[in-house]
Amino acid sequence: MRLMTKHLVWIKLLFHIIALSPIFILIMLVLSEQAGGDPVQYIIHYTGMGALNSLVAVLLISPIAKRFKQGLLMQTRRLVGLYVFGYATLHLMAFISLDLLFEWSLFIEEVIKRPYIIVGAVSFFVLTLLAISSFSLIRRKMAKRWQPLHNFIYLIAMLVPIHFYWSVKSEIIEPSIYIGLMLALLSLRLSTFKKMFQRFSTIVKPSNIPPSRAKKI
Amino acid sequence: MTTKTKKWILSQAPWQTKDHEVTPEAIFNQRRSIIKAMGLGALGASLSGTSQAGIFDLFSDKAKIESASFVTSPLSFSPNANYSLTEAATPHKKVISHNNFYEFGTAKQDPAANAQGFVVDPWQLVIDGEVERPITLDYDDLTKLFALEERTYRLRCVEAWSMVIPWTGFSLASLLKKAGVKSSATHVAFETLHDPMQMPGQQSRRIGGGIHYPYVEGLTIDEAMNDLSFMAVGLYGKTLPPQNGAPIRLVVPWKYGFKSIKSIVRITLTSSQPKTSWNQLAANEYGFYANVNPAVDHPRWSQASERRIGEGGLFSAKRIATLPFNGYGEQVASLYKGLDLTKFF
Repeated sequence: MRLMTKHLVWIKLLFHIIALSPIFILIMLVLSEQAGGDPVQYIIHYTGMGALNSLVAVLLISPIAKRFKQGLLMQTRRLVGLYVFGYATLHLMAFISLDLLFEWSLFIEEVIKRPYIIVGAVSFFVLTLLAISSFSLIRRKMAKRWQPLHNFIYLIAMLVPIHFYWSVKSEIIEPSIYIGLMLALLSLRLSTFKKMFQRFSTIVKPSNIPPSRAKKI
Repeated sequence: MTTKTKKWILSQAPWQTKDHEVTPEAIFNQRRSIIKAMGLGALGASLSGTSQAGIFDLFSDKAKIESASFVTSPLSFSPNANYSLTEAATPHKKVISHNNFYEFGTAKQDPAANAQGFVVDPWQLVIDGEVERPITLDYDDLTKLFALEERTYRLRCVEAWSMVIPWTGFSLASLLKKAGVKSSATHVAFETLHDPMQMPGQQSRRIGGGIHYPYVEGLTIDEAMNDLSFMAVGLYGKTLPPQNGAPIRLVVPWKYGFKSIKSIVRITLTSSQPKTSWNQLAANEYGFYANVNPAVDHPRWSQASERRIGEGGLFSAKRIATLPFNGYGEQVASLYKGLDLTKFF
């Protein structure tokens, strides 16, 4: 069955429900004290996992759309991508509010000093740019520059599981699985990367620079 | 059954404060099933059937008690006025439901969920090595051989959170004196029970976080003989719950929490520095001494301050400055004279 436009609203609704239900579960777990006596680390980890799992989901969409010839699914990428940003925001807010208790000087110090937090901060910064530029209006204005910016999602795909791996004390199995999973998802896009690389190299190759400009260089 | 479950749900209502009479097994079994169902965490997993069953169980009468909850019993003791604190103690409920005890899982709520069936009686604690008379304490000896006292200590975790806990027990020195410390003894090695049948973390690397079990810790003989070093058999006046290290654990309040080894079966006096678990796992992050020191950061996070877990909800915690030796410098700073604490962290 080929998905049609009339199905899209239902698919999106389903995705919203899947993406939002963990929030309700979390609230329930915390209120019913099932997230431990001091659920701070639990909440930080949980929302971080929400962002990571959404990231896996968003990177799954285009391979699935291609494999099953469901082009319409591509239109759900923004929705899922914004949930990556949403969970990442909750994750960051939980860290700042619940763990650091709004001690901004400590936050800034940690962002500067701690490699794993730097990796997380860079990811969040790029995610913010992607989220802002996801508005149709901005996307239209960015025109050809939009896609190169959004290719940074592949960078995030590697940084986020590294951030996870780096943050744990000794429980490295789960983050390792995510690193492997991301590598697998990226390997499905080798042809895309090849094209990106070719385009990049044609830009920087001196032979491709017009003689008039070459002189200046 | 039905009424009991309903009562539990009422007693867990978040707007009710100061209810220390929890029914742990109900919470724990619930939590266990939900966490298990959640598995990989958020997104996809949340819509699976098991997860939904777990959620709905919260509001149904099906919240069955799977296994008997661990039973703690009151201890007779006298408070030690030298070790009382003006700081507010961390509520009992939080002390017994926020634990690092990787033998029962790496998440904070795991030990309370997975340790309720832990068997502590019979128990044997062996004191051997460089001693005059090796001794073996069985379960009853743990609470009867020494006069018990209560001491309220700060507990500072290496992860930069802290609690204030009233422990019941006796000084480590009194135990070691009973065995007679030989002059050749320079260090004391401690070992946790190794029983993979009871401790799922010892069965599986995934559950146990990759620590080499059994968990081992160590002190210098001077640290061990310092009056602060405490063998706890109880907290809040009752015998220890398993998640807090039943039936007997070490409490060394001027060191990071991982030094305070739980569920001890062997104490061996040695003539060389013993191996310690976290140090073996990551020597650059966890030293042998592991004294609380705001001036020496963990390579991945600051140790200058800590989040004190006290009364109240999520936003009521406070971030306070971490003190050298966790505020016990007066008693222990002299032990480290001439030692470069940035090197011997």
